[in-house]
Order: sequence, then C-alpha cells, then structure tokens
Amino acid sequence: MRSAVAFAAIFVALAAQTTLAGYVFRSSTPIDLVLIVVVYVAIKSGPVTGLLAGTVAGLIQDALAGGILGIGGLAKTLVGFLSGVLGTQFIVTAPLPRFLLLLMATALHAAVFMGLYTLLDLREFPAPYPLIVGQALGNAFVGVIAFQMIEWFPGFVDRRRAGRFLRR
Amino acid sequence: MAIADMRQRPGVALAAAILLHVVLISAQVNTTAGIPLLQVVTFGAFSEVQRATMAMIDGVRGMWSGYVALQQVREENATLKQELQTMQIRLQQERAEAQRTDNLRQLLELRERAQLDTTAAEVIAGPASPDFQTVTIDKGTSDELATDMAVISPSGVVGRLIMPSRRASKVQLLIDLNAAAGALIERTRVQGVVVGAGSGMLKMRYVPGTADVKTGDLVVTSGIDGIYPKGFVIGTIDHVASSAGEYHEISVRPAVDFARVEEVLIVRTPPASREPGAAQ
Repeated sequence: MRSAVAFAAIFVALAAQTTLAGYVFRSSTPIDLVLIVVVYVAIKSGPVTGLLAGTVAGLIQDALAGGILGIGGLAKTLVGFLSGVLGTQFIVTAPLPRFLLLLMATALHAAVFMGLYTLLDLREFPAPYPLIVGQALGNAFVGVIAFQMIEWFPGFVDRRRAGRFLRR
Repeated sequence: MAIADMRQRPGVALAAAILLHVVLISAQVNTTAGIPLLQVVTFGAFSEVQRATMAMIDGVRGMWSGYVALQQVREENATLKQELQTMQIRLQQERAEAQRTDNLRQLLELRERAQLDTTAAEVIAGPASPDFQTVTIDKGTSDELATDMAVISPSGVVGRLIMPSRRASKVQLLIDLNAAAGALIERTRVQGVVVGAGSGMLKMRYVPGTADVKTGDLVVTSGIDGIYPKGFVIGTIDHVASSAGEYHEISVRPAVDFARVEEVLIVRTPPASREPGAAQ
C-alpha cells in the first residue's frame, strides 16, 4: 500500500513537473519536484523503497526528458537510497533537518547527474555551482513546505471533520 | 515477497540498481570512436576473461610441450643435429669447391697469359717419404703428359714431372734436394741454377761473386735447362752471404707455398731450347 502511494506520488510529481512547474516556478532555478517526492518517500519508507522510487522516477524522468536513459535514474536511485538511510538513522521530522537533507540530496543528485554527463563527454555545464546552489535552496524550500503541508493536511482534514461533528 | 527480501538487504538492492543503470547508460553512450560504450565495456570485460582463458590454455600447452612432449623434441633434436652435421659438411664442400674454382680461374688466367699448351691437373697425393719432396697429380700419359714437363702454378714454378703413368703422374717439387732449374735474377739478368735446399727453401748457385745481388730480388726461370719456360717466377732472394769464394751463397724463398698446392698446370709445350729446330 505504501509503495503504491509512493508510486502514485511520483506520477503526480512528474505530471506537476511537466505541466505546472514551468508556470509556477518561472525562475532560472528549476525546482525538481520529482526529487523532492523521492526524498520524501525515502525518509518515510526506508532506503529500499527510496531506491526503487528513485529508480522508477529517474528512469521515467529520463525517458520524458529525452536524455540518456539511466543517468537521472542512477542519480535519483542514489539519492533515494541515501535519503532512506539517513531517514532511518536520524530524526528528520523537523523542518531544519529536512531542509538540510534536501540540500544534500540535491547536491548529490547534481553531482552524479552532471558528473556522468561530463565524464561521458555528452554535455557541458558552464558555471554549475550557482545552478546547483540555487536548485538546492529551491528544492529545500519547496520540499520543506510540501512536506509540512502533506503531513499537516491529514490532521487538518481530521480536525475539520471533528469540528463539524462537534458543531452539530 | 521479493521487496520484503530486498528490504533486508539494501546493499544488494543498491548494487543491483546501480548495475542496472550502468548497463542502461552504457547501451546508449558511444565512445569517441563511435562504438557503443556497452559494447566497449562488455568487450573489455570479456576480453579479460578470454585473456585469462588463453593464459590458462597456454600454460597447459607450455607444460605439455615443455615436459610431456619432450620425447618428440628429443627425436627432433637428434634429427636436427644430424641435419646440421650434414649441412656443415656440405658447407665445407661448397667452400672447398669455391676455393677450387678460384684456383682454377687463376690457372686459366695463367694459361692465357703464358700462351703455352698446358693442361690443368689436381694434386691428389703428397710425398710418400719426407726425404723426397714430391706430389702426385691426377693426369698422366692419357693426357699426353711426359717426363720433364714443367709444372707451374699461378704463384710460380712448382717442379717437373718425373714419372707419368696412364692416369697419374709424380711431380718433383722444386724444393726437393734433387731438383734444379735454370734461373736468373730479374733485376740484373745474372744467371745461375736454383736447387732445392731440403728445408722448404731454395739455393741459387753459380752466381758470380762480383754480380749485383740484393735481398728481395726476384728470381725467375731462365729457360736454359730445357724444362721450364723462361720468365716464370721461382722466388725472391732471402739472404745473400758474401764469401771469399768465386760465387755468392744465395738463399731464395720460393714463391709457391708448396704445402698448399692443389691445382697446377702442366706445360706441354717444350721450351725453345728443347725444340728440334733450336738444337740445330
């Protein structure tokens, strides 16, 4: 059940990334919604689920993006696995640890992704560090908010239901 | 169930996922040579397997050929040794043949230069006794050879024919104690008689003590003996001893190396002094 929800979240993120991201985040630092979902799934479900989520999400993203199939997949696989490991080893429920985790996840993803492309002489990344920093901050900011909203939303619904029931 | 098992072994799952991605990436990426990276990596990895396999096979083969198959090698070695010996003998034969050809060429040149009726012969035997300096040649009366015919070589006078048989002849060398030849010193035209000294050297006798004789003077045949044609080299004066007597005591070093004589020319033309008309 949890895996199914995770995969559903990935597809939603992919859909949002491909349709809404261009409108919502018009800055020069694109937000990777899929990465944020992978990190979230990983810290909630563990390294193996995070790994699988990262693999699936990354491969689909690669296929949709038109790049080399597997480079993004490998990057997100590592991110999912390590995020899951950190999620099981440390308490990452507070916003700050999650912020830091998202920063590191984005940096790792960028390092693997850009590193492989550069290593295989397929793409060049002029001035990658500002891009990585901007993306990391954006992902962390959006991710922390999203995580809080996701975790806050079920309780909010429950409280509203309970309030309605008490008013009656 | 499988996912549950994988959750117990996250490292294996990670390794499998990484491998999957690497293979996937390699299948799409070309090297600088335009060959898919997967092929390069696969070929490279498999070539190491091939190399290891070949090394193993070579090792086994080397062990077989180096130890087990030594019997065959031994036989082959014996055969090769035999062939080598045969070849060495053949090489010596070829070398001797070449030397003989060279000698014959020199004889031919001598014949043309001398404009004499000559025939070539090969030395087939040495002296029968150390007291007599003779050799045996392979031609005799069947080749129109006769007694007292001169025997010469490209280096100079060898001797005279003393005993012809049908197919062989005995030649008295000029160094024999009983040999003699009319001679003259080329530079001064002083005449004398060259005789064998018995020690490999020659002596020139009957040269007047007043004659101009120097060490190094060339001694040639004078032709007055009726055996040797005029003008053929006998040797060089090695030593001149002044004496109170009437004649010089002259030692002559032969021009011919008698120990190495192999082919000779026999002069069938009689010297002018022996021709019938000359006597008259």
